[in-house]
Amino acid sequence: MRRLPLSLWLGLTLVALLLAVALLSLVWTPFPADKIRVVARLRPPGAEHWLGTDHFGRDVLSMIMVGARNSLSIGAMAVGLGLVFGVPLGLAAAALGRWGDEILARLGDLVFAFPAVLSAILLTAVLGAGAVNVVLALGLFNAAVLARVTRGAAQAVWRREFVRAALALGREPLSVTLVHVLPNVAGIVTVQATVLFAVAIVNEAALSYLGLGIQPPSPSWGKMLGDAQTHLFTAPLQAVFPGLAIALSVLGLTLLGDGLRDWLDPRHRTSGIL
Amino acid sequence: MPNRKPRPAAAAGLAAGLLAALAFGSALGGAPALAQTRADVVVGMALEPPHLDPTAGAAAAIKEVTYANLYEPLTRVDAEGNVVPALARTWTVSEDGLTYRFTLRSGAKFHDGSVCDSADVKFSLDRARATDSVNAQKAYFASIAAVETPDPGTVVVTLSRPDGLFLFHMASGDAAIVAPESASTNKQKPVGTGPFKFDRWVAGDRVVLVRNPDYDGPKPALERVSFRFISDPAAQVAALKAGDVDAFTLFSTYEALPEFRNDPKFTVTVGTTEGETILSTNNARKPFDDVRVRRAMAHAIDRKTLIEGVLYGNGAAIGSHFPPHRAGYVDLTGLYPYDPAKAKALLAEAGLPNGFDTTLRLPPPPYARRGGELVAAMLAEVGIRVKIEPMEWAAWLEKVFKGKDYDLSMIAHTEPLDIDVYGRADYYFNYRNDRFKALDEELNRTQDPAKRNALYGDQQRLLAEDAVNGFLFMLPSVTVQNAKLAGMWANRPIQANDVTGVSWK
Amino acid sequence: MLAFLLRRLLTLLLTAWLATVAVFAVLEAVPGDPALLMLGVNAQPDTLAALRAQMGLDRPMAERYLRWTAGLLRGDLGVSLTYARPVAGLVAERLVVTLPLALLSLAMSTLAAIPLGLLAAARRGRGGDWAVMGFAQLGVAMPSFWIAILLILLFSVTLGWFPAGGFPGWEAGVGPALKALLLPAVALAVPEAAILARVTRTAVLDTLGEDHIRTARAKGVGRAAVLLRHALPNALIPVATVLGLQLSFLVAGAVVVENVFTLPGLGRLLYQAIGQRDLIVVQGVVVVLAVFVVVVNALVDIACAMVDPRPRAS
Repeated sequence: MRRLPLSLWLGLTLVALLLAVALLSLVWTPFPADKIRVVARLRPPGAEHWLGTDHFGRDVLSMIMVGARNSLSIGAMAVGLGLVFGVPLGLAAAALGRWGDEILARLGDLVFAFPAVLSAILLTAVLGAGAVNVVLALGLFNAAVLARVTRGAAQAVWRREFVRAALALGREPLSVTLVHVLPNVAGIVTVQATVLFAVAIVNEAALSYLGLGIQPPSPSWGKMLGDAQTHLFTAPLQAVFPGLAIALSVLGLTLLGDGLRDWLDPRHRTSGIL
Repeated sequence: MPNRKPRPAAAAGLAAGLLAALAFGSALGGAPALAQTRADVVVGMALEPPHLDPTAGAAAAIKEVTYANLYEPLTRVDAEGNVVPALARTWTVSEDGLTYRFTLRSGAKFHDGSVCDSADVKFSLDRARATDSVNAQKAYFASIAAVETPDPGTVVVTLSRPDGLFLFHMASGDAAIVAPESASTNKQKPVGTGPFKFDRWVAGDRVVLVRNPDYDGPKPALERVSFRFISDPAAQVAALKAGDVDAFTLFSTYEALPEFRNDPKFTVTVGTTEGETILSTNNARKPFDDVRVRRAMAHAIDRKTLIEGVLYGNGAAIGSHFPPHRAGYVDLTGLYPYDPAKAKALLAEAGLPNGFDTTLRLPPPPYARRGGELVAAMLAEVGIRVKIEPMEWAAWLEKVFKGKDYDLSMIAHTEPLDIDVYGRADYYFNYRNDRFKALDEELNRTQDPAKRNALYGDQQRLLAEDAVNGFLFMLPSVTVQNAKLAGMWANRPIQANDVTGVSWK
Repeated sequence: MLAFLLRRLLTLLLTAWLATVAVFAVLEAVPGDPALLMLGVNAQPDTLAALRAQMGLDRPMAERYLRWTAGLLRGDLGVSLTYARPVAGLVAERLVVTLPLALLSLAMSTLAAIPLGLLAAARRGRGGDWAVMGFAQLGVAMPSFWIAILLILLFSVTLGWFPAGGFPGWEAGVGPALKALLLPAVALAVPEAAILARVTRTAVLDTLGEDHIRTARAKGVGRAAVLLRHALPNALIPVATVLGLQLSFLVAGAVVVENVFTLPGLGRLLYQAIGQRDLIVVQGVVVVLAVFVVVVNALVDIACAMVDPRPRAS
């Protein structure tokens, strides 16, 4: 057993913490996250409300806890969607060779011609704002990225001796793909999926900040930041906590991704020491 | 966010007060300009206008920059909501109410130096009512049968039917008088007859107007006015504090008001607008077609908390579709006191003991987004599960307003005296009540103010009893300004930032 | 090399054109009528029809698209539906905000990242390395709009040193204009710098392992000199490539950051135009952005080819 990189440990710890908070919020939060008490609004952090209250008097800590659940589930669904559509596409493109490749590359170009946030903004304009549509928009982007990554990795596998040998032995391309190619690209795809998870969390926050993402009464870190921005003079700390939650989650996931990459491919330690 | 507010403009008020305005103006002009007094002012606004032609767009920001400052209509609305002379010095109305004879100011000139005479007025009115007109308020001109120009100083407008609101409508920004030579370029290079003329437009930041030296009326005290567009609340507060703007109109960062009130450098005024904010309800859809359900919702909404939560207390509650500051207002806010238990009982009575699911489609303004969130939470308390769907203006106008495809929405209706919309069968509330229509028709025939007010009262009561919409609150007109600035409007009888009477103390 | 660049240019322009088709189709599907939006709630059907005719919206979709494309080929981006002005002028007006913003943040991130990356590589495994890499991880993790809010909180709200938003225009003077751009540029530069610092560190470490460096070191060239004269130039190639790639992210970031600071830039124009259903503006901006990305990437390729001392593989 190789020694696990420090970044992997740190990443795992942060992600586990996030997951724990999200799960805990299912059974317990200090206050109901949607409990409005206008008289108690914009309280600074204190004994009753540890992280203070928002402009409607809701408990910020409770909102951040439930927000973790929302962020994680949207991120997970967006990545899941990307995996379900992107990986088979990438595998197919690599197996089909030149023209499948070409089509995929052009489709990918089309998706990448627009930054993810922009295409999500456009898509939510068509479909309407809301969590489901954000998942769809981010999932589309993730599918494009994962298809591209899978294709690249799969092509490398196809060029390798043992695959050629399998083909020479009369194995069907489909079974070669499933038996030989898929296991060999799984690592790099996992790493990429972890990074995309982090990207999805940031993009969901950005969309919710613009009011296009998760809708109240369900709390969202991004929307909390958007609301806090109108109270910068009266309740400055409101703009700190949700951002911190986003940063820590993204940090956890990128560390996890880096750690996984180093662990899977120790020769090429791109991430450096952490 | 889209920078458009569907705040339909219309004039309001009664004729009076030109003398007062003149006296005020000359008093300002007479005050010797001290060397150290400033002669410029920077007025902050939340939204930037898309262009500067009030005769071709409904965006409030267009009129907020240009009205009375840059363009003049025949008549105009003053700070108190009265219709007063503008380009027309005087006018007479025939006995039958069909012929209006306007006498124009003889010295009126457009900013390009050309004389403004009856031909320009005829051009402007005919343009607004032409088949290819793109005037947002074309209906204002619908009663005009002909516009004649017996001489350069006289315009005779003949109506096809009596129109009690004609002078009010002619006072709106949409009825601004423009010149044929510049009409097509007014969007970018506005040319009017007002006391200020266009200087420049720094896209995304400000529009600058300068004093028109050739203006034939009382000269404004200010040499230069900049309208700065700052949509972000924190930036608005920062700009005021730093003195980058001298006044901010329709200020909506209400939570910052206590700080400004406590600072002697600033004056805060909370005035009225014509904006009745309502929880629009689709009366044709189940279960909202049942008056008990609508009444249940009325009982479920705690207006006091709502006003505190959205406006930080700076707004009046309403019990029907009528502003409290207007004559004819009836206080109906006590009809449905906040009572969740009663709301639940009414729902049960309507066969919905477990409440129901519904959707609330919200347009972009913060009062709607915030108010919608609060109302949704209040309705949830009585078992009405509300899904919030935020929408951009374009989608809201198309789907909710035009398509009537919605359950609930929230919006401020800002047109003055717009209670008549409840008589329109095709309006998006889908409300149909013959008694209301009969009252409306009687109103159209009635001239006597006391009788009119009584009829308005009946209409208000009818709407409240039917609980057509959730009647919530009036949007306030909050102005935060430098304490040394005088002459800013406190109220908003019309969409305008009239700075012609503004000066430094 | 030239043929390769041309091919790339063509594919990317084709992509940009496809993107306009996609955008056009999407915006057609979006609910919302620009005429209704401009004329508001009291607009009559005949007025709406007149305005639609004036805007050319009464024509079939295919015809409108072809007309727009034909104009594009003549270098005409069309006239905005909302602002009633040529899109080229609007874009130019916004570019003088976005371009300096992007360049400023690019300059800041590069100036910060390369020395930091070098430092980390030089002190590999020691305190400096840990500090730089820790910063890099954090910088990547912090969304730029949050950084923007924090900057406003600190420098505008608390200290009052910088405006909290808005842009006074360049004619207000270079000083005030730069002042308005500084915070947004920093907000964009932090994640940028974090990524670049990591890339620089890795690239320098990679080149340090290469033969010619070992040779130089063996010849007695000093440590600092090796780092600066040999390792750095080689490391600049991957750095420049990443820089080029990051550009599209910079554009995306600019959309959000320009909204946080209410800067009248290209991103905000695009965002507002989507809201206003101003198809002509949306497409114009998309084309300009695409061309911009293409040109920068081509420039990066050329720069890399010129800097790279090693013989090209192909």
